[in-house]
Amino acid sequence: MFRADPYQNQRSGVPLHGLIKRMRRYSAFNLIRAGIDGQTSWSPAWRAPEPKPAYDIVVVGGGGHGLATAYYLAKLHGVRSVAVLEKGWIGGGNVGRNTTIVRSNYRLPESQRLLEFSLKLWEGLSDDLNYNVMFSQRGAVFLGHSDSDMTRLAERGDALRCNGIDAELLTREQVGRLVPPLDLSPKARFPVVGGLIQRRGGTARHDAVAWGYARAADALGVDIIQNCEVTGLVSGGGRITGVRTTRGEIAAGRVGLCATGGSSRLAAMAGLRLPIECHNLQAFVSEPIKPMIDTVIMSQSVHCYISQSDKGEIVLGGDPDLYPSYAQRGMPRRLEEVASQAIALVPALSRLRMLRSWAGTTDMSFDGSPIIGPTPIGELYVNAGWCYGGFKATPASGWLYAHTLATGAPHPINAPFGLDRFERGATIDEAGVGPMPHHR
Amino acid sequence: MLIACPYCGPRDLAEFTFERPIASIVAIDAPVDVAMQALFTRDNPRGPSAELWRHAYGCRAWLRMERDTATHAIADVAPYEAGA
Repeated sequence: MFRADPYQNQRSGVPLHGLIKRMRRYSAFNLIRAGIDGQTSWSPAWRAPEPKPAYDIVVVGGGGHGLATAYYLAKLHGVRSVAVLEKGWIGGGNVGRNTTIVRSNYRLPESQRLLEFSLKLWEGLSDDLNYNVMFSQRGAVFLGHSDSDMTRLAERGDALRCNGIDAELLTREQVGRLVPPLDLSPKARFPVVGGLIQRRGGTARHDAVAWGYARAADALGVDIIQNCEVTGLVSGGGRITGVRTTRGEIAAGRVGLCATGGSSRLAAMAGLRLPIECHNLQAFVSEPIKPMIDTVIMSQSVHCYISQSDKGEIVLGGDPDLYPSYAQRGMPRRLEEVASQAIALVPALSRLRMLRSWAGTTDMSFDGSPIIGPTPIGELYVNAGWCYGGFKATPASGWLYAHTLATGAPHPINAPFGLDRFERGATIDEAGVGPMPHHR
Repeated sequence: MLIACPYCGPRDLAEFTFERPIASIVAIDAPVDVAMQALFTRDNPRGPSAELWRHAYGCRAWLRMERDTATHAIADVAPYEAGA
């Protein structure tokens, strides 16, 4: 296995771009040493560089996916002249607005390959980044509420196991042992008759993912430029040659769009119309309490997600708001609906006070699957359309987008997720709903 | 949030469903490439947008709504007339 080694550039004699102070590795030894020197020996986790006039590759969007892309570009493809342009601040977008759930138990083989690759990267991520992303494989359970639910879950489980991904069908009693506070009575509003668990699924610490990738990418020479909004694309000779930003024009050999919530506007700067519609997705947390739920509970029939953060908050999420929005603030009715579902499933939650809620702008694609690949315009690439499943895919999205940007062609795993699949009729439609971006 | 149905007056958002942007309504005799564009791509504006909604859990009328996707402010709700 490879490890992120911030020192490897000094060893190999490759100068880091503008690296002022040597990054210190996080380790028990350095922790003790910093304890002795009064915590003065730490350097900032990443620099705040001024944008250079030109880069080999410019990644637009400093979210989890953009930072991961830059990291893998520098680490695996030797592309050191990389800038990540972020209009706000690192971790302020959807990487900080999700329910932190990680799993790979999808239905279609293309989605399975993508998300299972991601899950495998998650399993080694803290080590790779030298940053604790608090990935916790506490298991992710889909609840079954009816015979037809169980048939559907069994079908999914079979599809997963055929492709070597762990899945285990659970009886009602097994679900009850796993999550004692669930209402298992036959009279429950949503009676539980069984479930399907992916034991390797779980949660990760969202901010740590952004910060870990940012720190590791920075150590490899990537310039992370915050408060730098792209206002236009520069083209010439039938290709994109750079970007106009609020901090000046930057020339680029290749431009990778990676800004959920901004994908359509950025693509429109190049005259492209994407198969994307933006919607609000909300989530909320309770006050922190002692551990009561040590797995991830999901009900796709009623569409409610329940987990407990390491801080002790109960994290709840559900449906998107089902109408186009960029507001990053959702409708109260959805909170009421998700809370009522969660309370019906776990009645003990009714005594909790809710602490805060938030909303993110999701790129809803027209088959529920992401778009990672080239565009019809030269040297312009797009990574978008993650719907409400982007967080779990962060490592794979970055890895595959880096491969695509570095080589100019998609990797076999992301080849099916091209922008041209809609006109070819080769959609990857998990839910089987057709061209309706707002249906779950 | 209240939406002023032209037939029923102000009603809760919960009674209404979003269908699609007006620009993505496909004419029955549209050529294939025009229909594909309308069905599978969107302008996806951040700001004013003309949309087709339905008072699905009320009078069931189809409505044309002028709405801002960044602020949720509603400028106008009118009966939807095909081809208008």
